[in-house]
Amino acid sequence: MEIIFGLITISLCVAVLFLLAFVWAVRTQQYDDTYTPAVRMLFEDDETQQRAEQ
Amino acid sequence: MNLTAEPIHTATACAHCGDDCPAEPIRLRGKAFCCQGCKAVYELLDASNLCQYYALDEHPGQKIQPVELPGRFDYLDADSVQAQLLSFRSAELARLTLHLPQMHCASCIYLLERLYQLNPGVTDSRVNFLRKEISLSYRPADTSLKEVVKLLAALGYEPQITLAELGAQPNHGNRRIYYQLGLAGFCFGNVMLLAFPDYLSFTDELAAKFGHFFGYLSLLLALPVLLYGAQGFYRSAWAGLRQRTINLDFPISLGLTSLFSVSTYEVLSHSGAGYFDSFTGLVFFMLIGKWVQQRTYDALRFDRDFTSYFPVAVTLLTAEGEKSVSVKDLQVGQRIRVRNQEVIPADAMLMRGAGQIDYSFVTGESVPVAKVAGEVVYAGGRQVGEAVELEVVREVSQGYLTQLWNNPAFQKADAQTLETYANRVGRYFVAATLLIAAGAILYWYPRDEQMMWRAFTSVLVIACPCALSLATPFALGSALAVFGRHKFFLKNSGVAETLGRATTIVFDKTGTLTDVQRSAVEYCGPVLTEREQQAVAAVVAQSTHPLSQRLAQQLPSAALPVANFVEVPGQGLRGVVGGVTVKVGSAAFVGIDTAEPSAAGADPSLAPAQGVNLAQSAGAPEATLAASATTDKLQSRVYVSLADDLQGCFVFRNVYRQQLGPVLADLGRRYRLAVLSGDNDTEQDRLRQLFGPAAELRFRQTPQQKLDYVAELKQRGETVIMVGDGLNDAGALQQADAGVALTDTLTNFSPACDAILDAGSFGRLSTFLAFTRDCLQVVLATFVLSFVYNGLGLGLAVQGKFTPIVSAILMPISSLSVMVFATLLVRYAAHRRHL
Repeated sequence: MEIIFGLITISLCVAVLFLLAFVWAVRTQQYDDTYTPAVRMLFEDDETQQRAEQ
Repeated sequence: MNLTAEPIHTATACAHCGDDCPAEPIRLRGKAFCCQGCKAVYELLDASNLCQYYALDEHPGQKIQPVELPGRFDYLDADSVQAQLLSFRSAELARLTLHLPQMHCASCIYLLERLYQLNPGVTDSRVNFLRKEISLSYRPADTSLKEVVKLLAALGYEPQITLAELGAQPNHGNRRIYYQLGLAGFCFGNVMLLAFPDYLSFTDELAAKFGHFFGYLSLLLALPVLLYGAQGFYRSAWAGLRQRTINLDFPISLGLTSLFSVSTYEVLSHSGAGYFDSFTGLVFFMLIGKWVQQRTYDALRFDRDFTSYFPVAVTLLTAEGEKSVSVKDLQVGQRIRVRNQEVIPADAMLMRGAGQIDYSFVTGESVPVAKVAGEVVYAGGRQVGEAVELEVVREVSQGYLTQLWNNPAFQKADAQTLETYANRVGRYFVAATLLIAAGAILYWYPRDEQMMWRAFTSVLVIACPCALSLATPFALGSALAVFGRHKFFLKNSGVAETLGRATTIVFDKTGTLTDVQRSAVEYCGPVLTEREQQAVAAVVAQSTHPLSQRLAQQLPSAALPVANFVEVPGQGLRGVVGGVTVKVGSAAFVGIDTAEPSAAGADPSLAPAQGVNLAQSAGAPEATLAASATTDKLQSRVYVSLADDLQGCFVFRNVYRQQLGPVLADLGRRYRLAVLSGDNDTEQDRLRQLFGPAAELRFRQTPQQKLDYVAELKQRGETVIMVGDGLNDAGALQQADAGVALTDTLTNFSPACDAILDAGSFGRLSTFLAFTRDCLQVVLATFVLSFVYNGLGLGLAVQGKFTPIVSAILMPISSLSVMVFATLLVRYAAHRRHL
């Protein structure tokens, strides 16, 4: 059963990775503007489409 | 005769801005444009293959206002201005963030993020749509700040560059709450898993083996929640204590502290598993409450003062020539030049040129006021027409209007004037908790000493008014969302509570009660034939003066050609239609010999004694022309002559907002009403009729007097809502418990206030206020619910039966049910009020 010590430590480390990913997301302004990126994404799609058509 | 003709609608919409085109639109490659400005933008975009702009949204373009003048943006070349505006500057790259209030649709984002195609010197531009901001970088070697701003202005997105924006950095919002939420959520989840074995009997073996390990690990995970996640509650409680008040965060901090200490003691002494799961959960839920409370309207600014409206720099006339200087450095006696559409930064004497000053941001009155050399003009007006020369008579901060901001009412930053229900309840909560805790000690001391400690700590633990603290954010937070849907934007949820408890409502008159967008036009004099009306319409259609535009809307239009058109700023218009000379303008301009010097018959000024009034109803236009021209100076009228033969005049009367009657009738039943007007008392009878006999009507009020009146009402114990619109109401708005700024265009300037109401929603004001009262009842009902939970917990606590497992069940249930209950009740109340 001693494996539980190891398992819990590993699971916590994985969870910390997710926490760090969240912190990274906040730091890179992903929570500052929750509207514009969604619209911007659509434009770029349109452009590639046009290029493909050409 | 009343001209009730509907404005004529032409069928073609402008390909750029979507406005109706004149009968003969400007055409380019089969597309119709309403003006040269719109066509120019289309050509610009077409040349750079950016016409997808028009495909993304129905009418993305902005109507182009012809304000471009050489030298308008010259001040942006000044080093001192650039140093303050740019957030980063090197020889290769410069970065800055600009506020573009005109941004309104997906097409705007598309175009603004492709500025590099229009100006190769721009390396990158990013839009934050919700904040209506653009962050852009450019290479100073290839272009200049002035060129970039000129490009934006040419596209119809003129940036707002004002004193207040100087030194503003790109806003990162408040990220702390996200970090705190993420951390608390992470710790809560993990601690809950570690606590699981304690709650299930078949895992006893597991608990025996790993209990200590789990305990220490939980302690480790709870520590950052205490130190970082819960920081806000401790700070707020400490701030309250320093002001000698106890707010709701005090019992929260007390509860959290005892919860953490008891758990730490249990874990370190190996006497139990502690309440770490409850502790982290509590902080997590309360942070959600804070987050809900904090969400606001990014694009709206509630804290603007005159500096948000005043220009950054002004053209100074010196012996060596023109020089651009910072407005802050302006000194008495200096000569300045103010061009078309520029704001007058300081009280000054008009030295040269015809002043046409638009005080709409100050008084709410939209018709420009004519000034001649020798008259004093007040800061805050916007010059319309030719450039004028002024001599500064008072420094910027000492102006008639700006000295209002020296009043102490503007010093108190964000202090809520009313004590919130939550804080009041919080205080009793502390007292009750401490009493019960003391009672538990007294009861158990002679009986069981171990039990005494358990009961005492349990009482302190359960005392954390978590559910209570969630009631207000969730109830008022959803109320804010309901208001937002109806274009009533509150600064924060505290404002909703203040509105719900108000007793007196004070209104400004011009621009608030009256609708500046509409006006009743009456014609007096010999009746004009249809042909003559068309001739007048053709002439006024050429001018952008507000009175001309209103007149053009009222008259039947036939798009007759106009020859030899001349507009004399501040005087009137002249043109030849079908061989007949048509003159439209002031009495002197069309040839009536009166002493009246000003255009359009109006001579309002900001001076306290005179007041601004163009909306007079008393003077029914039956009076003879000559008499009315000399006696009735305060009315807005436009004279007409055909072939130098005086015909008559159009009288403009501002009209009250359409739903004013019903709204006031509704409000009058519950609130004390008052009107503070800067104008004279000619409207007294009509206002008395609208407001009823009990209302207080005050006329000829200066901005300072308005502020004082509100302060006096507050001293009498009234809770005051001030509804105003201009800078001259700014003092009263600030002084009132809740200042509501009424605005026709949301993105435009509105003075510092607690709430912004779109003029279109004015008719629902009484419904809004009734709804805030409903919401307060919801808050109180939710308080009762959370007291039930606290009572339940206390009952168990004093008996010493409040175990970690009870806490782990009771805490999330109480928090979640309070959130749901508050939100649903507010939704239901909104539904009942048809909001």
